[in-house]
Amino acid sequence: MTDATSRDGGGGPSHRWVEAGVAVLMALFGVIVIVGSFQVGIGWGPEGPKSGFFPFYLGVVIIGASVVNLFRAMVEIDRERLFADWDQLGQVISVVIPSTIYVLAIPWIGIYVASMLLIALFMKWFGRYGWSLTLSIAIGIPAITYLLFEKWFLIPLPKGPIEDLLGL
Amino acid sequence: MEEIANLFHGFAVVIQPFNILLMVVGILLGVIIGVLPGLGGANGVAILLPLTFSMPPTSAIIMLSCIYWGALFGGAITSVLFNIPGEPWSVATTFDGHPMAQQGRAGEALTAAFTSSFVGALFAVLVITLVAPLVAKFALQFGPAEKFSVYFLAFCSFIGMGKEPAFKTVAAMMIGFALAAVGLDSVTGQLRLTFGFPELLNGFDFLIAVIGLFGIGEILLTMEEGLSFKGRAAGINPKVVLQTWAELPRYWSTSLRSCIIGCWMGISPAGATPASFMSYGIAKRVSKNGHKFGTGEIEGVVAPETAAHAAGTSALLPMLSLGVPGSPTAAVLLGGLLIWGLQPGPLLFVEQKDFVWGLIASMYLGNIAGLIIVLTTVPLFAAILRIPFSIIAPVILVLCAIGAYTVHNSTFDVVLMMAFGVLGYVLKKCNYPLAPMVLAIVLGDKAEEAFRQSLLASQGKLAVFWSNGLVGTIMALGLIALFWPIIQDGWSRLRDLAMPQRFL
Repeated sequence: MTDATSRDGGGGPSHRWVEAGVAVLMALFGVIVIVGSFQVGIGWGPEGPKSGFFPFYLGVVIIGASVVNLFRAMVEIDRERLFADWDQLGQVISVVIPSTIYVLAIPWIGIYVASMLLIALFMKWFGRYGWSLTLSIAIGIPAITYLLFEKWFLIPLPKGPIEDLLGL
Repeated sequence: MEEIANLFHGFAVVIQPFNILLMVVGILLGVIIGVLPGLGGANGVAILLPLTFSMPPTSAIIMLSCIYWGALFGGAITSVLFNIPGEPWSVATTFDGHPMAQQGRAGEALTAAFTSSFVGALFAVLVITLVAPLVAKFALQFGPAEKFSVYFLAFCSFIGMGKEPAFKTVAAMMIGFALAAVGLDSVTGQLRLTFGFPELLNGFDFLIAVIGLFGIGEILLTMEEGLSFKGRAAGINPKVVLQTWAELPRYWSTSLRSCIIGCWMGISPAGATPASFMSYGIAKRVSKNGHKFGTGEIEGVVAPETAAHAAGTSALLPMLSLGVPGSPTAAVLLGGLLIWGLQPGPLLFVEQKDFVWGLIASMYLGNIAGLIIVLTTVPLFAAILRIPFSIIAPVILVLCAIGAYTVHNSTFDVVLMMAFGVLGYVLKKCNYPLAPMVLAIVLGDKAEEAFRQSLLASQGKLAVFWSNGLVGTIMALGLIALFWPIIQDGWSRLRDLAMPQRFL
């Protein structure tokens, strides 16, 4: 990542480099789109334009716009401006990491257990609530969800070994 | 006159007890969604969409559209009481709404906000009732080239009218189109851009994108700001309501102007947020109390709220009559129509009369019900806002995950949602607009299909988009919208040359 290399002033990643990084990543995405378009043909086939025809030009425009955005980021954005300070980013990352683990864990332990752990973690870690309130909400919300989805609307949600054990 | 008969038939559909119940539930859910940070109209409707799969389409759309009205109302509550806009379109409401609350006039501000919202919505529904059938009838003659030109106009308006830098809008929009292109190509039946990943066979569902970009992204932004809610007490009693109502007719001209601005901005997909700012700005310039704006002027609440609601409601006009949604939430509702097996667009008015007029009738009744509900339940919602964010945030995360999962019963979608969430946070911070990206994901396949069909018919000549007066006019409007900032700039320079140093 570009932001790790440029700690101007030490307060956080510079906004300029983050914007530049986003523009570069977008241009790379444009390149991927163009490569994919070539794989299916960008020309004119028997049924008219081939599948890659439209995406090819999308890729070209994405790269073009990203180059302008990159240029603008480098020229117009104040060198001193921060994207966010490290404390703020720490807050964001402390949400992103547990949430990512949460979504990755859902196929293995089911959405109910994962949700209980996520809510409990948030309440204990950020909110510093007592165990009784934490547990009642951490168990209560998934329980309400269970009744609402599985019993009332008959929409099954992903379940894991614990639900199997309980026979739910 | 046929429309009037249809409308009354629509009222008969809506007044069934089950539908009334759904309406009330929808509005209550909508206000909660509007009040809570991280749950907006678009992703709130997206999360609840799967719950409606088993309902009849008319009941489903009544509930979902009422969630939308509720969210529009709810945004005002947080703006006035907490100085935190629950929705982007209520930012302008905080300018005068919160100072009023600080002076102990919260009840007055809220009554003004809700009533203005109601007036704006009602105006927009009247416009929809009168104009949508005509537009639909007109659009029935559209061929692929005309269809493409309408999409072209919609997307150009985003680039030219949006407040974000044009090239950022272009980049975000084209990425949306590219994401829409992933998977099965609907014209040739070929797979493309999947690079051998079986998860990408079906492409990217825009509902997942909406839940991630708006829901998760918003939570991350809120975390960064480290929000703490410090709210004003909210008391609304009948006396305050009546007093405010007696005062409001004085601002009829502001109100009417805001209605028109809102409808115009809502139909051309500029959306509710710029409409509310524009309306506030013009009211500030025109009003004789303009210099007092920002210190708690009731007119400064009336203007943005009326426009935001008029825009939010009229965004449904192009969605219903042309199949082109005017806002992300309208796009989600359009996605709902597709899932229920209804094809949005002009044919809807011919083939699904019950549905269309049921929806339009529900807009009238939903807004009346909404006004009554929000006026009576404000303290309840203000209490919800006092729940600390460390409890709300994980619950919203869980709701988003459930919403993303139930779209296709796929756990991969939940992971994708998280990725969209991080993307949404970074893009929002870098001032990339998210709405055009979402609309491009929704409309990508249709726009591409129309484009390719037009080219097929013309043997690849782009001149097909100028081949007759109709398509040429729409394309020209699109180009005007696209280059609007440049045109405006040139115009003001010309004017400066013509009458030097008179104003400013």
